[in-house]
Amino acid sequence: MGHIKLNQITKSFGDVEVIPPLDLTIENGEFAVFVGPSGCGKSTLLRLIAGLEDVSSGHIEIDGRDVTDVPPAKRGLAMVFQSYALYPHMSVRKNIAFPLHMAGMDQAEQQRRVERAASVLNLTDYLDRRPGQLSGGQRQRVAIGRAIVREPAAFLFDEPLSNLDAALRHGMRMEIGELHQSLSTTMIYVTHDQVEAMTMADKIVVLRAGVIEQVGSPLDLYREPRNLFVAGFIGSPTMNLIEGDEARKHGAHTIGIRPEHIVPGDPDGAPWSGTVGLSEHLGSDTFLHVHGTGLTESITVRADGEVPLRHGDRVGLTPNAERIHRFDQAGLRIA
Amino acid sequence: MARAVSTRTRFAWTALAWTIAFLMFFPILWTVLTSFKTEAEAIASPPSVVAFDWTLENYGVVQERSDYMRYLWNSIIIAGGSTLLGIAVAIPAAWAMAFVPGRFTRDILMWMLSTKMLPAVGVLYPIYLICIELGVLDNRAALVVILMLINLPIIVWMLYTYFKEIPGEILEAARMDGANLRSEILYVLTPMAIPGIASTILLNFILAWNEAFWTLNLTSVDAAPLTAFIASYSSPEGLFFAKLSAASTMAIAPILILGWFSQKQLVRGLTFGAVK
Amino acid sequence: MATKASKSAARLMMAPAVTLLLGWMLVPLTMTLYFSFADYRPLRATFEPWIGFDNYVRFTSSSSFWDAVTTTLVMVGSILAITVVLGILLALLLDKPIFGQGIVRILIISPFFVMPTVSALVWKNMMMDPVNGVFSHVSRFLGATPHDFLTQTPLFSIILIVSWQWLPFATLILLTAIQSLDGEQLEAAEMDGAPPLKRFWHIILPHLARAITIVILIQTIFLLAIFAEIFVTTQGSFGTRTLTYLVFQRVLESQNVGLGSAGGIIAVILANIIALFLMRAVGKNLDA
Repeated sequence: MGHIKLNQITKSFGDVEVIPPLDLTIENGEFAVFVGPSGCGKSTLLRLIAGLEDVSSGHIEIDGRDVTDVPPAKRGLAMVFQSYALYPHMSVRKNIAFPLHMAGMDQAEQQRRVERAASVLNLTDYLDRRPGQLSGGQRQRVAIGRAIVREPAAFLFDEPLSNLDAALRHGMRMEIGELHQSLSTTMIYVTHDQVEAMTMADKIVVLRAGVIEQVGSPLDLYREPRNLFVAGFIGSPTMNLIEGDEARKHGAHTIGIRPEHIVPGDPDGAPWSGTVGLSEHLGSDTFLHVHGTGLTESITVRADGEVPLRHGDRVGLTPNAERIHRFDQAGLRIA
Repeated sequence: MARAVSTRTRFAWTALAWTIAFLMFFPILWTVLTSFKTEAEAIASPPSVVAFDWTLENYGVVQERSDYMRYLWNSIIIAGGSTLLGIAVAIPAAWAMAFVPGRFTRDILMWMLSTKMLPAVGVLYPIYLICIELGVLDNRAALVVILMLINLPIIVWMLYTYFKEIPGEILEAARMDGANLRSEILYVLTPMAIPGIASTILLNFILAWNEAFWTLNLTSVDAAPLTAFIASYSSPEGLFFAKLSAASTMAIAPILILGWFSQKQLVRGLTFGAVK
Repeated sequence: MATKASKSAARLMMAPAVTLLLGWMLVPLTMTLYFSFADYRPLRATFEPWIGFDNYVRFTSSSSFWDAVTTTLVMVGSILAITVVLGILLALLLDKPIFGQGIVRILIISPFFVMPTVSALVWKNMMMDPVNGVFSHVSRFLGATPHDFLTQTPLFSIILIVSWQWLPFATLILLTAIQSLDGEQLEAAEMDGAPPLKRFWHIILPHLARAITIVILIQTIFLLAIFAEIFVTTQGSFGTRTLTYLVFQRVLESQNVGLGSAGGIIAVILANIIALFLMRAVGKNLDA
């Protein structure tokens, strides 16, 4: 089980309110990702759920039980830290067994669970090593192993991949995803990387300055960002935002169009046109940065496959009218 | 990058350094040598440096005459006891200050340091009086407590600086793993800080071993440690140079060896972490 | 950053250390303060609880007080000067590439570990004895008359003994500080054409300034409390009676507790003035 409910919780450090009253429900078995720029309060929110920080007011419920004043050890949650936080003086085996040892589980059962976790995580050959003798990816797996053995109500991940290089990060992302599939335990995952959020989450919680900007599935957020902040934060490359006359034509203060929803073509007859500044040819995709459209400084366009356009070429741009997002003066989506 | 230095320069520096090191060490060396001489040879003029009849006789005489072992035992009990007691009191305090710093943590640390600067002589009589009232003058337990108190600020400070280097996330991980405070300190913090704790113990053992104000003023017979044992040689009685040397050698040898091991940590401990 | 639970745990964990030290500081100090205003001479069974500032007036107006202050200043000042200057030179030397550096370091640091009573007695008898000391052997060998150190120059002798004990401390700390100096800075200065003496003056010495301050302050704290070295050599005679020793004599030897306590309070105040400077220096480092 792992149904987590945050009820009007707030957090202040001294006079600074980092989280104004906030409500959030995470369903049992859900993979929830808290995403936002650094300093948005996402890690604080996770630490509040973990019990490593006290809420200033409000209540936290796990599976219907009010755990607001329950110490972290008794909340039945497991956490994977950014620095892995492995115990350097213990072998991998002892690290993974530590929560079981703390729970007073008998030796044989501890042994059994450690072996099982190790085989799931490909750590069997490393059980007698110290964390210092492992690579970054292996340490990460030990940290996960330590979390899964105690069969928690929910896993908390605090930017677990940010210390890994790009290739490893991709691999671990998939492993964590698969782990979620096989355990179907609630997971809460904090990251500043929207790609991680989009690829892993069932539910994304976009945070800014302690306030939830939007909650929804990755595609909900992609298709219908509730405001300019979410629109700009979700999706890569970022959405083109256009103000002025062109926006007014659509009855909005600002319009947004994603790079992949603009088709490049012949300048004649196209609604917009400009000059290619930088063109990035990736093979599978081509990114064009188009200047001189009179709409905004630069429009980013993403085209499938290879497009024979170079720096200085004139190009016409045709936006997909159905994919234009409209926002009002306050930056809120116009339905 | 180490600079390449000509061999000749290097030899010159080496010669100078060894000469000075020899001069610094000479009083100790001379004492050790004299301890193996007979009393007659000890006062021979000119003295012989190594060409004398080496004898262990003085060590036997010292033990017999003044019961060296009892003083040694008192020194070990007092220095060891006060250090371990201090560690036991200081670990929780240092944990609190390093990992749960509050608004007053800094002030408390500073204040603790300031108690170390209280001149002992300013409180000599009250402590003397309290010891008499409690019937613990010349008592090992009383000295254990007093030396623990005078070294407690250094112990707390040293542990604090070592604990500060341990990432807080690891202790939080232990908390998430179901450890209560006791387990967190016992199974995670303490084993991780073993090197720091060991050097703290070592340095404070040395300081307590050599402490010579309270041990001289509050002991007479029963609890007297080696500092007092040596002080009893301060008035010369006949031929006593070789015996004094033997007694001195026995009093400093154990701690000198411990000191050689601890010299790296010494700087940090004695400057309260201000110089590392 | 922590929870209320861990904050209250922290207070609980600090309580024993704080309570013990608070008791250690307040109880005896209050008693000393109380005695310092009393005429208290246990051997004569005199106890008059309040005589105002008489003790303070008597203590400070006696010539022995001013002699003691002078002696203390001369002693502490000379030892500081000797250990700091020689300490810098020795630290510079040990920083050079020398063979057997580890052993040299161990030999030089050794005096620091010798207990004060031993070093005082060893110097008094083995080195400075007018008949049998090493110095007298050397004098005779050179055809000079042996010098009776502790009788003819008692203050100098004690300064020599204590400097020998504390020089290792200064050397070790200054060496640590020198070794933390960025070698590239010196090389840059060399490239800029600064000769060795200028490099020392403009780069090494400023870099050492903090370490030197700390050495001076910490040593001052310990040196003001010098006791055993005087106790086993001159017993405070021949102008070697420091403030600490004077208070000790008043309190324990002549058992004039009231007068001694007044002296004790004065010593505490003087030490605290110095402590204040030390705390600033150490405190700065807390933020760094």
